[in-house]
Amino acid sequence: MAFTPVTFVFLLMSAFALGGSLGVVINRNLIHAAMFLMLALFGMAGLFILLEASFLAAVQILVYIGAISVLITITIMVTRRIMGTTESVNKQWPLAAIVAAMIAGTLGFVLLGRFQNVEPVGAVPDTYIAEMGKALVSHQGYLLPFEVASVLLLAALIGSIVVARE
Amino acid sequence: MIPLHWYLLVAAGMFAFGVYGVLARRNAVAILMSIELMLNAVNLNLVAFWRYLAPTQLNGQAFAIFVFTVAAAEAAVGLALIISIYRNRETVIAEEINLMKW
Amino acid sequence: MGDIFTTISTFLIGLLTGLGVDPLLAHIIVAFLGAFLIANFVLLILIVNIWLERKVIGRMQDRIGPNRVGPWGIFQTIADLTKLVSKEIIIPSGADLVPFMAAPIVAVASVILVWAVMPLAKTAIGTDLNIGVLYMVAVSSLGIMSILLAGWSSNNKYALLGAFRAVAMLVSYEVPMILTLMVPVLLSGSMQMGKIVSDQQIWYGFSMPVAALIFYIALTAEIGRSPFDLLEAESEIVAGYHIEYSGFAFAIFYAAEWAHAFTVSALMAALFFGGWQGPFAETIPTLGIVYFMGKTFLIYFMSMWLRATLPRVRIDHTMSFCWKFLIPMSLILITLVVLVDKLAALAIGESYLDTTTMLAMTPRSLALLAVNLVTGAFAVWWIGVMGRRERERLAALEIKHVVIETSAAGQQAK
Repeated sequence: MAFTPVTFVFLLMSAFALGGSLGVVINRNLIHAAMFLMLALFGMAGLFILLEASFLAAVQILVYIGAISVLITITIMVTRRIMGTTESVNKQWPLAAIVAAMIAGTLGFVLLGRFQNVEPVGAVPDTYIAEMGKALVSHQGYLLPFEVASVLLLAALIGSIVVARE
Repeated sequence: MIPLHWYLLVAAGMFAFGVYGVLARRNAVAILMSIELMLNAVNLNLVAFWRYLAPTQLNGQAFAIFVFTVAAAEAAVGLALIISIYRNRETVIAEEINLMKW
Repeated sequence: MGDIFTTISTFLIGLLTGLGVDPLLAHIIVAFLGAFLIANFVLLILIVNIWLERKVIGRMQDRIGPNRVGPWGIFQTIADLTKLVSKEIIIPSGADLVPFMAAPIVAVASVILVWAVMPLAKTAIGTDLNIGVLYMVAVSSLGIMSILLAGWSSNNKYALLGAFRAVAMLVSYEVPMILTLMVPVLLSGSMQMGKIVSDQQIWYGFSMPVAALIFYIALTAEIGRSPFDLLEAESEIVAGYHIEYSGFAFAIFYAAEWAHAFTVSALMAALFFGGWQGPFAETIPTLGIVYFMGKTFLIYFMSMWLRATLPRVRIDHTMSFCWKFLIPMSLILITLVVLVDKLAALAIGESYLDTTTMLAMTPRSLALLAVNLVTGAFAVWWIGVMGRRERERLAALEIKHVVIETSAAGQQAK
């Protein structure tokens, strides 16, 4: 495998994603964990760009980093306890680590066995954003899931306002 | 071109970290952050498969977009619940919210 | 004939490959050089902008601005920045160092990243992404995180409260900004910034004035300038989320705010006022850069004018203005625009969507202008109704107040 600039960018973005995830689950200081979450999501956006899904990368930055991370950070700030004096993991953490390692092992084994060295089947068509837009609102496409998702978001909006009110 | 299994391994790694976070962390907000990590790993998997195996079909991207939407809705409601629990119980540690335990 | 940037970059690439460098590496080096140049330009132009703003606002308020440091005070900004750099960065006790230092950097980064998709001339654009507009919105939303981190890591109740207020306002005003941003995208049929600008034979600001106005109001709120000044209302909450910053860290926040104001004026010029379009801009691309900068500075002058004249809007008025007026208006506007566009396209036929010449775009512009004027009239009437209702509500409160006072005074007299 030649060490091209694409490989370098992939390794950098994967380092962000995996390092950020590790930081989220290990860090005792919750604000630092939220910052690591932002780093992990940024790495994911970079990986999306490498996979030529540019629309998804922009939506990832806009929705996850610009909105959900802000929401998580505000919740951390509102529900603060005295940080640093409580343990960050509970009594069953060795078992959790074993379970996580088993999941990673199984997934890795299956994926390496089945999908070793698959090359891309073809190129992404140039107009895929336009086609995506048309498909989201056409009844042979994803119109029904689109409308159901809007109702879901409306329900979540009203529900979270009602639940979090005094 | 980067082989497919590299992307899938990254996604598997993120998913495993998310599972560890959900099972081992005490703070409810940290559990929610780990759930977001798991959802992201699933997204990465979907988009990688879309790009490598079926780039002319729209199913992969559409599925990923709907995963985004559901994740956003679920994060909003989950965090509202956590804030409400904090107001009533003065704690967000998952072990201490055990009124309905047997 | 290429413009000045393309000419220099092709020359440099030729030079580097002539010296034996791998062509891909030469491209990467020249791309880095271009990005470095644009980032420096954005940060250096704010030296001119700060001086310009102080002079212009001074004249509008019937006084001379700074005029001691150099002829007409042009070195005033350099003196200010030197003073800021030489001060100590005081880190409050109990502050979290990592978010404290990261917040200003993220703020500046989110502003400079927008210039990667800004179309400077017909052939000069950083990178013509086919999701240019979406990228721009996504990157500006990174700045919100920096405000939260700054407010939290200062270990200061008032900084935190200021940060929450600021984030609430910024997140609310993103919605009308994105909704009216869809209007140029609808009219060009693409999210590419280069295509949006080159399609504007008739400027979109002329055919969609209400959308341009709502976009401008939302952008003014996004950058936290007057009249939406409460992000750093000096007379109210001292300095909001950056109370505890001093020295160079504060200078970075300061620079980020001014650079954001300039970037936002450039966006307005590119999306609604034709960008680099102008006489002979197609044949001599460097002239396009001149036109673009001229329009940006004109819109920036309007921003300065607003700042000098209008008083600050209260936080609850700001939020109710956004949620109860701007968002319904932009939703109604987009719906009507799309409806009228489709109906007119069906009525007129093939030539409706033609964007090659000014004449070809006239029927579409006139139809959309009509829709905009109708929506604008409705908006003016509606805000009149809202204002009247608010005045009546306040008047009712006054009467209740007087009744309570007289009864209490009557009790005391007994």
